[in-house]
Amino acid sequence: MSVATATEATIGRGPVSAAKRETAYPGWFLLPAAVIYSVLFLLPTISSLYFSLTRWTLFDATFIGFDNFAQFFREPFLIKGLVNTVIYAVVTSGMKVVLGMALALLLTSRIIARGYLRSVVFFPVLVSTIGVGITFTVLMHPTNGMINEGLALLGVKGPGWLTNPNLALFSVALVDVWKGVGLATVIYIAGLVAIPRDYYEAARIDGATPWQNFWFVTLPLSRPATATVITLSFIGGLRTFDLIWAMTKGGPGFSSDTIASVIYKQYQAGFFGLSTAGNVVLFILIAILVVPLTMLLNRKRGHE
Amino acid sequence: MTMIKRRALVGLTAGLLAMTGMVGIAYAQTSLTLFSPNDQAAVAYTEAMVAAFEAANPDIKVEIEVGPGGTERDNMVKSRLATGTMNDVFVYNTGSLFQAINPVQSTVDLSSEAYMSTILDSFKQTVTATDGTLHGVPYGQAMGGGVLYNKRIYEELGLSVPKTWDEFMANNAKIKEAGKAPVIQTFGDTWTSQLFFLADYYNIQAVEPDFAAKYTTNEAKYAGNVAAMGGFQKQADVYNAGYLNEDYGAAVLDDGLRMLAQGDGAHYPMLTFAVGTIAQNYPDLLNDVGYFGLPGNDAAKNGTTVWMPTALYISANSPNVEAAKKLVAFVASKEGGCDPWVELNAITGPFLIQGCELPASVPTAVSDLGAYFTAEGQTAPALEFLSPVKGPNLENITVEVGSGIRTPEDAAALYDEDVKKQAQQLGLPGW
Amino acid sequence: MKNRASVISGIAAIVFSFFVFVIPFLFIILMSFKDRQQASLRDFSWPNGFHLWDNLVAVVSTRNWMMVTAFINSSLITVVSVTLLIVLAAMVGFVLARRKAKWNGTIEFLILAGLMIPPAVVPTIWLLQGLKLFGTLHGMILIQVAYNLPFSIILYRAFIATIPRELDEAAIIDGARPLDVFFRVILPLLWPVTVTNIVVQSVGIFNDFTNPLYYLPGSSNATVQLTLYNFQSQFNTSYNLLFTNILLITIPPLIVFLFFNRQIVAGMTAGAVKG
Repeated sequence: MSVATATEATIGRGPVSAAKRETAYPGWFLLPAAVIYSVLFLLPTISSLYFSLTRWTLFDATFIGFDNFAQFFREPFLIKGLVNTVIYAVVTSGMKVVLGMALALLLTSRIIARGYLRSVVFFPVLVSTIGVGITFTVLMHPTNGMINEGLALLGVKGPGWLTNPNLALFSVALVDVWKGVGLATVIYIAGLVAIPRDYYEAARIDGATPWQNFWFVTLPLSRPATATVITLSFIGGLRTFDLIWAMTKGGPGFSSDTIASVIYKQYQAGFFGLSTAGNVVLFILIAILVVPLTMLLNRKRGHE
Repeated sequence: MTMIKRRALVGLTAGLLAMTGMVGIAYAQTSLTLFSPNDQAAVAYTEAMVAAFEAANPDIKVEIEVGPGGTERDNMVKSRLATGTMNDVFVYNTGSLFQAINPVQSTVDLSSEAYMSTILDSFKQTVTATDGTLHGVPYGQAMGGGVLYNKRIYEELGLSVPKTWDEFMANNAKIKEAGKAPVIQTFGDTWTSQLFFLADYYNIQAVEPDFAAKYTTNEAKYAGNVAAMGGFQKQADVYNAGYLNEDYGAAVLDDGLRMLAQGDGAHYPMLTFAVGTIAQNYPDLLNDVGYFGLPGNDAAKNGTTVWMPTALYISANSPNVEAAKKLVAFVASKEGGCDPWVELNAITGPFLIQGCELPASVPTAVSDLGAYFTAEGQTAPALEFLSPVKGPNLENITVEVGSGIRTPEDAAALYDEDVKKQAQQLGLPGW
Repeated sequence: MKNRASVISGIAAIVFSFFVFVIPFLFIILMSFKDRQQASLRDFSWPNGFHLWDNLVAVVSTRNWMMVTAFINSSLITVVSVTLLIVLAAMVGFVLARRKAKWNGTIEFLILAGLMIPPAVVPTIWLLQGLKLFGTLHGMILIQVAYNLPFSIILYRAFIATIPRELDEAAIIDGARPLDVFFRVILPLLWPVTVTNIVVQSVGIFNDFTNPLYYLPGSSNATVQLTLYNFQSQFNTSYNLLFTNILLITIPPLIVFLFFNRQIVAGMTAGAVKG
């Protein structure tokens, strides 16, 4: 790339003074973004914190202290929602890591129709979540949905993907993976392509098997890609709402509720203070899970 | 980015900006916006009604904005009212959901309008705010909530319309023997699961006439009350007997109506507005579909639960209240509120405006419903029109009961809890 | 040999991808060819007749050509907000990656918070009203920029860290002003990650559903995702039109994708790997 040649051209010049460096990277570069972000995102978010302490009808708000939080934790389906949220995030990000890596290995190997396969895997990323939700709700219909009709041809009686309370959450997670694995694959492809050939060359000289190749070269060296995939899909999984809402609305009953859908239902029901309190709880949960995770992922990277 | 690409982008953006500018050209007349729900019948009516209104009032232009229906609509309406961004006139629920939009502050008081005397009292009580003022006019017709049934199956099997729950279950047994689905359920559209529970209210008030009042003041509960739990129990009965269509968990309203009209299923607990959809999709089969109220335990006290239509309201911060009032008065008149429905052939129940007659020929289910109205004391409004208290999770609970995930007793206790939050949010005394 | 193995695994992959990824799209396409009655069965079957054109006309002309308005609005919002996002996020990423300031930690926390916290709808509406931006395309664009900045900044910052510092220092010694350094030296080098940003963010913003629902009311302000509501209501759904609609609104993201296809992987390379 052009970076390399440009770098060579600059070798030999002296270092820049600290003062000059300061002015070269002026703080005001942050300003436009900071203004938009603070005014339109931070300000409303912080002001909403107050409403989490009120009984809020949108028309007026009565201060009730921490009652909303107490009420939120008394929600009969909160625990289930919490568990579901974590399951969903772990399942989707886990599958995206494994499948993304597998697909990336396949698509960087000398396989025929590579261009077609890469496009086709990425294609679901382009369809809107609502569109995907509608389509798969129809495909997963227990009796005349295409998936179960296909299984029936093989002599298998397909399950009620979205109607079986024990299965609904996993069915939605599966669709989430279908939609998102393209992005994970692309990130992994990028990671694999960037691994210098020398490592494989050295491994080959040492007589490494393909498995050893994967375990000792590919896997550790694609860790930055893994970190990116995990962070993005884990946060996405914890916040997930659109797809679940489009497919099951948290049902049947309450069996696929996640925290985000519980919060949304409270908002819909007009419990605005309560739902704001729920948002605060969701944020704290994400922070508790994600901050250590990113630190862990970053630290490991530092050791290399 | 290369220079050429950037220039092309700028050109494109400028072009697009110019086009949106054109969309926003102002009208010389008074312009109203109307926020309408998105179901076909409502949209067709709204378009016909607005065309008639504009013809009669050339100085007023009405722009229709179609928004989502159901619970998403509740959200949008509340957000818009609270932030003062509501359209001049809007269509919204009556009864318990009406109380939740803080009508005294957020909508225009219509109590002193002349046409109010021509609107039936049974409707007016559903748009009466806590201070006794009236805020809306009917946007549609009353509906029955009970059982739509297939008359051909009834004829073939020699069945008669059941007056009690036991007769209903006996019919179901024969229908199942004949290889048809006795009861259609469609939990793919979650809201349809509530019909057993909600339509059973006639039977509750037949036993406990003051249930609604006590319920509002937190003196009556569902849990432990056999009569009140009847709806949950009935839903559990049909599930336990294996009377449901195979795909009850995933089927949607459209499927349910297809099964009913084509005779694959015999009973479908539903609101009578659905005959409009049957008329559209299966016009030949329309008169094969009849209606009866959800049976209770006493044949002598047979009747049906009735739903009020949505209403048209004027937003309190509309800058065009005078023009908006003209539109509302038009909807409250025979020409605006009844004739378009008749012309569209979208009759689902009796009108709520005096002087409006149903046409001579109406779908069978609607005339079946009409019979309840002509007899004394055979109708009762659904609980949501008598009490502001309705739990937001009801449809999830009824899906659970109807799929055998939760017992009726459990469901009643859970629903009592659900209702509590709602009552507290409304600040009702006694909670 | 190796060749034969790759052909076999290739064919296996093609067959597999056909079932998993292609058939759902075929289903959407088939549905858009059907008439209302057949579509309402929602099964995987051959259309009874060719109704695509009728469906297209119905979808596009419904509600006074709402689809046309929606395409114009959505394209405008997407193009302008993605452009702003790219410039602003790249500037932030540039300074963050280059300058070791003591409040970098705070800034990073705020960025992460933006990824994690669901936005507060009603206070935001009040604010937009105060700024006279509620229900305007400008307001919607600024909202999209604010909500999507964190993701773009993270991508840019990671990428800029891989560009040798000597490059901008050379330009500084040559007397270039900061803006020149950024726009002439850095931004062109960021092209690969910019492509990634363009694709991911424009697809996200074009397909955004909830934010326009709240912040951009009014029929003249319709965006493409809202057109789905025309055919799916609480009481009845026209599946043929619904799927034609889905098909139609997937075309613009598809064009963006085909246009940038080859460059996406290149952009991801740097963004993900060196981060």
